[in-house]
Amino acid sequence: MLRYVVRRLLLIVPILFGLSILVFFWVRALPGSPISSLLGERATPQLVQQYRERYGFDEPVYKQYFKQLKSWGRADFGTSIATHRRISEEIKQRFPATLELAIAALIFAGGIGVPLGFFAAKKHGRLFDHASLFLSLIGISIPVFFLAIILKYIFAVRLGWLPTVGRISVLIETKHPTNFYVLDAIIERDWNALWDVIKHLILPAVALGSIPLAIITRITRAAVLDVQNEDYVRTARAKGLPPLTVDRRHVLRNALLPISTIIGLQTGLLLSGAVLTETVFAYPGIGSWLRDAIFNRDYPVIQGGILFVALVFVLVNLIVDISYAIINPRIRYS
Amino acid sequence: MRRITLKFGLVVAGGAILLATLGLGGASTARPTLVYGGSADPTYLDPALVSDGESFRVAEATMEGLVFLKPGTTKVKPRLALRWKQSGKGKIWTFWLRRGVKFHDGTPFNASAVCFNFNRWYNWTGPFQDASATFYYQAIYYGFKHNDVAGLGTPLYRSCSARGPYKVIIRLRRQSGTFFPSLVVSSFAMQSPKALKQYDADKGELVNGTFVSKGSYAFSHPTGTGPFKFKSWTVGQKVELVRNGDYWGNKAKIDRLIIRPIGTSTGRLQALQNGEVNAYDLAAPQDAATIRANSKLKVITRPPFNVAYVTIHQGAGSPMNDIKVRQAVAYGLNKQAVVSQFYFGVGKVAQEFIPPSLPGWSDKVEKYPYNPTKARQLLNSSSCHVPCKVDFWYPTGISRPYMPDPARNFQAFSASLEASGFQVTPHSAPWRPTYVAKVNEGSAGDLNLIGWSGDYGDPDNFVGTFFKSPNPQFNFQNPAIFNLLTRAANEPNYAKRVKLYRQANIAIMKYLPAVPYAHSLSLLGAEKRVHNLIATPTGGTWFQYATVG
Repeated sequence: MLRYVVRRLLLIVPILFGLSILVFFWVRALPGSPISSLLGERATPQLVQQYRERYGFDEPVYKQYFKQLKSWGRADFGTSIATHRRISEEIKQRFPATLELAIAALIFAGGIGVPLGFFAAKKHGRLFDHASLFLSLIGISIPVFFLAIILKYIFAVRLGWLPTVGRISVLIETKHPTNFYVLDAIIERDWNALWDVIKHLILPAVALGSIPLAIITRITRAAVLDVQNEDYVRTARAKGLPPLTVDRRHVLRNALLPISTIIGLQTGLLLSGAVLTETVFAYPGIGSWLRDAIFNRDYPVIQGGILFVALVFVLVNLIVDISYAIINPRIRYS
Repeated sequence: MRRITLKFGLVVAGGAILLATLGLGGASTARPTLVYGGSADPTYLDPALVSDGESFRVAEATMEGLVFLKPGTTKVKPRLALRWKQSGKGKIWTFWLRRGVKFHDGTPFNASAVCFNFNRWYNWTGPFQDASATFYYQAIYYGFKHNDVAGLGTPLYRSCSARGPYKVIIRLRRQSGTFFPSLVVSSFAMQSPKALKQYDADKGELVNGTFVSKGSYAFSHPTGTGPFKFKSWTVGQKVELVRNGDYWGNKAKIDRLIIRPIGTSTGRLQALQNGEVNAYDLAAPQDAATIRANSKLKVITRPPFNVAYVTIHQGAGSPMNDIKVRQAVAYGLNKQAVVSQFYFGVGKVAQEFIPPSLPGWSDKVEKYPYNPTKARQLLNSSSCHVPCKVDFWYPTGISRPYMPDPARNFQAFSASLEASGFQVTPHSAPWRPTYVAKVNEGSAGDLNLIGWSGDYGDPDNFVGTFFKSPNPQFNFQNPAIFNLLTRAANEPNYAKRVKLYRQANIAIMKYLPAVPYAHSLSLLGAEKRVHNLIATPTGGTWFQYATVG
């Protein structure tokens, strides 16, 4: 097991190296540059040339890449051209926000998706089953940004039940020792702040979790349908075990493997896919930060941000793989 | 049993959702606090190191310069300096300072503090000489005591000396018309020498070409003399300011001012509708109707401080070398129709290149109302007979404050030019990366759509930028205009300067190197219970007199 983990960790190096090449050249293939974004109407040819020299954009691209690679090798992601802030500082501040949102979305998706899929399978072919399939189809089909806008319009703008932007109301004074606001509020025993943070999480989490919810529902339904026709389930029923015990011990537990796989994969996607949701809700996480950087052609932020998200994605997948062995003792890594 | 459990679970879940939704409005209740929606975080809180509006917004509330623009206007008025005098042919400026003013850290504001600030700027070295650090200082003062960076000029500033605690003399190396009006820019606000030293304001480095401040002053200790004091800055969340109870002038009417960054105008509008902000800046013109339709909200307008214009590019073999063709263009552009239809009620037809609020604006310039018949007559008597072929460029993928919908502007202008005897060949390019570069290097056809938003309240920032010297964008040679604008820029006498700019505007509109067509107001959205919130033409907001409720 340990050898497997070490091997997987070592594999991260070539993955990030390959990605660094892709990202570096992709960013430069985008139309525009940070200079045109910074200068706007003031972009005279002389000024553009001055800025190109200052940022080293006048050098051959491969030289720029190796320079950048050296910085990354020192774990130095650089500085944002637009905001002048250190990228590592920005990540430290923003990643907890994205992680908190992803966890909330996952709780929403898993908490509703697993029971929904389970009951759909139990009511196979009936109205509940068809309705859950229909709902999951809608969940997959509606673009996240569209759902986010609709949810925001109905529940925040029209009904005024929930806030429209941010992580916490600006009038609430509380400390943020960890930058995980839910955790911070609990640590500080500030229940007013906790409630406020949860309110700010509801709409983004529902919007972000809609697609995972649909996928988890479908996978759970399929897994439960598969498992409940297995011989050992029929045997358990034949032995006269109560239906709830059969479902809990034999059906759900065995169906958990594909469900955990998909939840793991969705976690990675949630962490990297919050760009649109965070933008709609002005949620100060990695997603909205990357969106602004792409808009401003802020090369260091785009590169550093994407590499960081990729690293998180790879690590989450590794954790998922390891969790297989815990969930299913039949799996052994060697 | 299972059914009961399921039902119980559903009831609990339903109850939780109901609880989670009832009475959850994002609206704030504590007052008097004003929550204001900006578009982004500040870059730094040391205004000497920034050039962006969001940083200036905080600085304008917490810091003050020797002079300032009267709220809502571009008239220069005394602030920390009570009066001033120039001598030595405009190279010596004497300021008499206000007494009894204290910085937020309790240290006194006096002549030595003024000199400390001027000398701080002048003595910057290394990374501080990068344009990403000191854009406005370089724009006005050209250079430092020791220039470390190529391309910097001879500094305008020579020295500063205190004559007693409340009189200060600033010596310049040459005459300058921009020195005095530029003192209103927040970059030249007075900051506490003690705090600047204590919190390492002058520590910084260049990281991959970008200036990075290393001291804590620019992040958490900005110290000025303004009506609000800095309290905290949580990046991505808010900048919090509190009322300065020791302020020398009219004290602020609110206890707290919170500026929160919301990146999109839709997001800011919705936050206002939901009561999460009391007011917000940079409202999209198309949202004005939505705001006005809400009985609890109102629109506040910011006087225009920009200009949209059609570049006329002259050059070898160009039909635009002929003044009659340029006049035909000016008469052939239906400016009123474009402003009426595509500016959502916030545009005004421009008759010259500087906004009416600036000194030097003249009503005596040549005007060119839409007149296709006259345009055709001019063309037929010119070197480019009807149909006169022109290449006309417009940008895509952009909306600017002075030009909300470039494509529609272009379509309307194209149609009116066609009706005036021109044969228009349309060209477009994405704003980034090509369009602006093409316009500036002079390769965007005979005509193109572009504009300008002012940086500070001085006409040189408009006409001086465009027409003071040969510019490839317009590619014309007119020594009379160049000379007039150079004289105006260097003229230290205010009245004479204004006169020179009036003359320059008249000359420019006669010569027609381009055709200005619109000034656009910018908008703020606010709750109706917010009063006396004043939007300044230069992009700032005056919070000192604002009340809520």
